[in-house]
Amino acid sequence: MAEFVMPTLGADMTEGTLVQWKKRIGDPIAKGEIIAEVDTEKAAIEVECHTSGIVEQLLTKPGDKVPVGTVMAIIREAGQPATTSAQPRNIAPQPVTPSRNPPVAKTAPASSSGTRLRISPAARKLAAERGIDPTGLQGTGPEGTITLDDVTRAATVAAGVGTVTTAAERQARMRQTIAAAMARSKREIPHYYLSTTIDMSRALAWLTTENGRRPVTERLLVSVLFIKAVALALRQVPELNALWKDGETVKSERIHIGTAISLRQGGLVAPALHDADRAGLGELMQRFQDLVKRARAGSLRSSELSDPTITVTSLGEQGVETVFGVIYPPQVALVGFGKVVERPWVANGLIVPRPVVTASLSADHRVSDGHRGGLFLAELDRLLQEPQSL
Amino acid sequence: MNITYREAVRSGMREALQRDPRVFLMGEDVGRYGGTYACSKGFLDEFGPERIRDTPLSESTFVGAGIGAALGGMRPIVEVMTVNFSLLALDQIMNNAATLRHMSGGQFSVPLVVRMATGAGRQVAAQHSHSLEGWYAHIPGITVLTPATVTDARGMLLTALEQPDPVFIFEHAYLYSMEGSLEEGSIAVEISHAAVRRIGKDVSLLTFGGSLWKTLAAATQLAQEGIEAEVVDLRVLRPLDHDTILTSVRKTHRAVVIDEAWRTGSFAAEVSAVIMEQAFYELDAPVARMCSEEVPIPYPKHLEEAALPSAEKIAQAVRRLLR
Amino acid sequence: MTTASSDAETRAQILRLLGDIAPEADLACLNPDVGFRDQLDLDSMDFLNFVVSLHKTFHIEIPETDYPKYMTLNGCVAQVAASRT
Repeated sequence: MAEFVMPTLGADMTEGTLVQWKKRIGDPIAKGEIIAEVDTEKAAIEVECHTSGIVEQLLTKPGDKVPVGTVMAIIREAGQPATTSAQPRNIAPQPVTPSRNPPVAKTAPASSSGTRLRISPAARKLAAERGIDPTGLQGTGPEGTITLDDVTRAATVAAGVGTVTTAAERQARMRQTIAAAMARSKREIPHYYLSTTIDMSRALAWLTTENGRRPVTERLLVSVLFIKAVALALRQVPELNALWKDGETVKSERIHIGTAISLRQGGLVAPALHDADRAGLGELMQRFQDLVKRARAGSLRSSELSDPTITVTSLGEQGVETVFGVIYPPQVALVGFGKVVERPWVANGLIVPRPVVTASLSADHRVSDGHRGGLFLAELDRLLQEPQSL
Repeated sequence: MNITYREAVRSGMREALQRDPRVFLMGEDVGRYGGTYACSKGFLDEFGPERIRDTPLSESTFVGAGIGAALGGMRPIVEVMTVNFSLLALDQIMNNAATLRHMSGGQFSVPLVVRMATGAGRQVAAQHSHSLEGWYAHIPGITVLTPATVTDARGMLLTALEQPDPVFIFEHAYLYSMEGSLEEGSIAVEISHAAVRRIGKDVSLLTFGGSLWKTLAAATQLAQEGIEAEVVDLRVLRPLDHDTILTSVRKTHRAVVIDEAWRTGSFAAEVSAVIMEQAFYELDAPVARMCSEEVPIPYPKHLEEAALPSAEKIAQAVRRLLR
Repeated sequence: MTTASSDAETRAQILRLLGDIAPEADLACLNPDVGFRDQLDLDSMDFLNFVVSLHKTFHIEIPETDYPKYMTLNGCVAQVAASRT
């Protein structure tokens, strides 16, 4: 028997609501198939199953909100006998009971950091139940401790806002989620920042020729060149393609580029382009287009949200020249690209106009050093000078 | 009816002696002297030397004799003058009284009741001011009672005599002269629950024995400042009534444990751990302890007072939790 | 030949395509002579998708070099009309 549990779709997710099952009891299911749709603070996500077999039990009802890790379904793997009634599985759907492990605890920094939020256990639990981010609260207890009273007051204020539309509510919750993740990042991750200006004349010339050959439905965007170049450069500096878990670096064998996508109603998500180093530019472009469309339609898949090993963000559309990015924990690096702009450039002793882009790296100093970060940017530059080989 | 704690203990023993011929009292000075704390005054005349037995100054011997009598079917009440001297009987208590039912596979019962005075506060210096009931509460196989009221002082003794296993009763020496009102018609009392002595919502004050009255005084003082403290009298240290403690803490979200023993390894530490294990997410402040200073209890009055918990110190510990 | 009525129809169709890409936008306020990328906050991906949908709807070829002609609503209408002549 295999258990299908509420997955964590990002470091900041602590619980999710089952929207609907995509399979019924008795249905066969293959690894990678969508088994359920789950609503998180960010979006409705189609969740993939990691086991092949027969859906034997569905333990969670649509509409139920359960913590990450809760067993939601039982899958009988191929070759296993059906469960008989004489051996009942004693797995009941768990309601959300933060008393065991209050979800907000995850947003708090490790106690060793010395800046752990001063909040009483009871206040922390209540904050989790009411969906209040305690990091913003002013503690009135001894030594500034956030107490039950402080959370109760905040809850009263929050409730006073009255009923809001679902969209606005979701947006507010997304804002809160981003706030928690980014605050945690800035609290815990010692960022260092590097940037370099890259001559884009060769890349753009190649892109113009290439797009001239391609039908309109298959044209490439320069962002795809950036994503592919980052993926390939990571092969040379693999420590940037890692996660920081429980106080140590866990390097990732595969390169899943999280691509920051701003949502039209506000907020952003950074779902993964899986194995970006192994996909051709055409394929990567198709997948990128599909990802943006689904991100904005709110139909991302679980693996896309949980898998990124690094994030790439391009803010050039708004005319930004340089990005100073905040790493999305537990990732350890973020690569930013600004706008491609024409600038005077010295080549062979002559000043010439050239399209250039500023690429920046925000990296976790616990995991890598400036020297390795510098090598990464140099490799990125080198790759963008040979666009045909991307 | 108002009586002193001493009279309550005496009336409990007298009633037991009257109604059950198997009951007898044994200990140092319980006969001719009438008891160190005068709890058996007049008993020698009333019940005779067979049932009111003065013993030699040898705690190990007469506690051992009590165990033997209990094994033989009697219902002995052994008075060990104070907890300070009970250390001389510790081997009998720990290795015999507490273990014989287990060692005999349930064949032997030791229906023994041992009473002793405990605590400090009467200027009797470092060797005679111990509070070791928490030590005894460590031992499986015995029941540990700490009556703080006249009703419990009388009633717990009667219930203890009905138990098939050893029961240790710790009477705070400071309480013997205290007057209290004996609940009408009370005879035996139950010995499995803690009791809420004052209802409040802001903080739980958990205590037992002689500290109960200091704690109630602190609660009265705090009430004038707008802090409503709930006072829980643990009454029974083993087996400890977790439910009453946790129910109170789940209501108030704060707890101070008051224990006249030294803080390190104290019974207060046990209560604190119970709360941490079972009600951690209910806590709005760390559990605090108010115990004695970690020194041999001094003889001079002002130093002794400085070493022991007081109503003011308890109130101060509560204020620190709230502000 | 183009007529006023077919221009109006083209315009409505183009607005519908833009609406698909920016569903929250108030297209009634769109200035037809000013670039809509800024007005509707379209990024290059959105614009590419728009070009693709123009291609599919009106069956016109739009080389990358022609993109500047498609930056305004009136520009798009003119290009579609021109393709029909």
